[in-house]
Amino acid sequence: MRFKAAVIAASLAVLVLGGAGCKKKAVDPFPASGVVAGWDKGDKTQTYDAANLYEYIDGGAEQYISAGVVGVSTSDYKYQGSVEVTADVYTMKTAEGAKTIFDADPPTSDSKSVVLGDAGRAYGQSVVFRKGPYLVRLTAFEAAPGEGDALMALAHGVEGKL
Amino acid sequence: MQNRREFVKEMVARAAVLGVGTQFAWGQSKAAQKSKVVIVRDAKLRTPGPAPDEKRIAALLDHAMQTYFSAQNPVQPWKKIVQPGQVVSLKLNALGGRAIAPSVALVKAICERLQQAGIKGGDITVWERNSRDLEAAGFKLSNAPGAVRFLGSDTVGYEDTSVNYGSVTTRLSKILTRSDVVINMPVMKNHNIVGVTMAMKNMYGVINNPSAMHGTACDPYIADLNMIPQIRQKVRFVVSDLKTAVYEGGPSYRPEYAWNEDGLMVGEDRVAIDTICAQIVQRKRAEKGLNTLEQKGTPLTYIATAADAQHRLGTNDPARIALIEHSIA
Repeated sequence: MRFKAAVIAASLAVLVLGGAGCKKKAVDPFPASGVVAGWDKGDKTQTYDAANLYEYIDGGAEQYISAGVVGVSTSDYKYQGSVEVTADVYTMKTAEGAKTIFDADPPTSDSKSVVLGDAGRAYGQSVVFRKGPYLVRLTAFEAAPGEGDALMALAHGVEGKL
Repeated sequence: MQNRREFVKEMVARAAVLGVGTQFAWGQSKAAQKSKVVIVRDAKLRTPGPAPDEKRIAALLDHAMQTYFSAQNPVQPWKKIVQPGQVVSLKLNALGGRAIAPSVALVKAICERLQQAGIKGGDITVWERNSRDLEAAGFKLSNAPGAVRFLGSDTVGYEDTSVNYGSVTTRLSKILTRSDVVINMPVMKNHNIVGVTMAMKNMYGVINNPSAMHGTACDPYIADLNMIPQIRQKVRFVVSDLKTAVYEGGPSYRPEYAWNEDGLMVGEDRVAIDTICAQIVQRKRAEKGLNTLEQKGTPLTYIATAADAQHRLGTNDPARIALIEHSIA
């Protein structure tokens, strides 16, 4: 079981970090602590593939599977030691799959388009963007002053590594 | 026209479906035979931080429970649900992380009331399907003897023998099978397959193979799963933390589609609870200018199935639900 999990994690690392198999050089999508000012990365990076994605997002998995998800890599961050954020980097088989997921979210009255990757949208406590086959979602678990700008900085940090 | 034998047969069948003789008795008006659902809200529930005010959430719980049971003191309701010597567990829905999970303060308040009602701390387990979900929701895992336990089914395990009903064949968590009484603690969320997830869908977290039951909008899987005797009989009461709810993009936590309901919902009738939940989510979607859940392609059919003649898990008829809403702020 542990071996199987390790194989899945390793495979996903190659796919997620390597750009769905298009790039040979593996790239870690998560900026290390301090690389983006004020942000510290959590110790763990967890990965799920299409087969066990439901363990991470329950019924939400179906939408991603239908759009051709390869897997997701997720890590927690803290901003200035307090605001907690989860960063999810979904790797889809195609850029069209990432667009399908991105377009499925209806805008809200306080959302705005942002220049990130191929398309991006910022909300009060979250930022979503797509870049090639990647769909990235940063979610803060509580509202805090200056959070929007800080989230955008982290989003740019992730985008730069994809 | 039923003859006496048919009438008795039907009553026995209904009692079997309801699991135990007292179930539904607490929350039903005898005259109207309505299922009671109580929602109590407190606009001052929130603190500047992520956690609710502990004293206010405890007061909210007492108010909701005393209203539901028409009880004079806050321990009395729990004595109607549990008996000293029983093993009791609280099944949380913590999958969305701490922003959309039952709060630690609410769970703590329930555990205190259970102990005041005669349940030993060591006979109470707070649980979820996966340990990591409990941790992510702010609970510290613990299996210390004599104290309230905080565990995931992934560490305790599942029964070796499968159980089945209708479309469902599954293995139950040992935490469920070892419990005499389970308090169901869901949260109110949109769900992009079934429309809303609340009381009945939370039972996907007590089995080993939930991913096998997401086809056909989880219908009839959800209703069939709740018919399994160990679930139907042991899961006696629902206490839902409505501090935060999600009207779109669920079941994951999506802050852009979340709102603060700042309350609790309690009741016995899991179908009535889900029906009220669906109404609230639909109302919020309309308020936000979104289409209905039916138009979105998530038509909530599982709730009707749970109420049909084969399942009779409760009522989805708004005319047969007595919704009581209070605000205590």
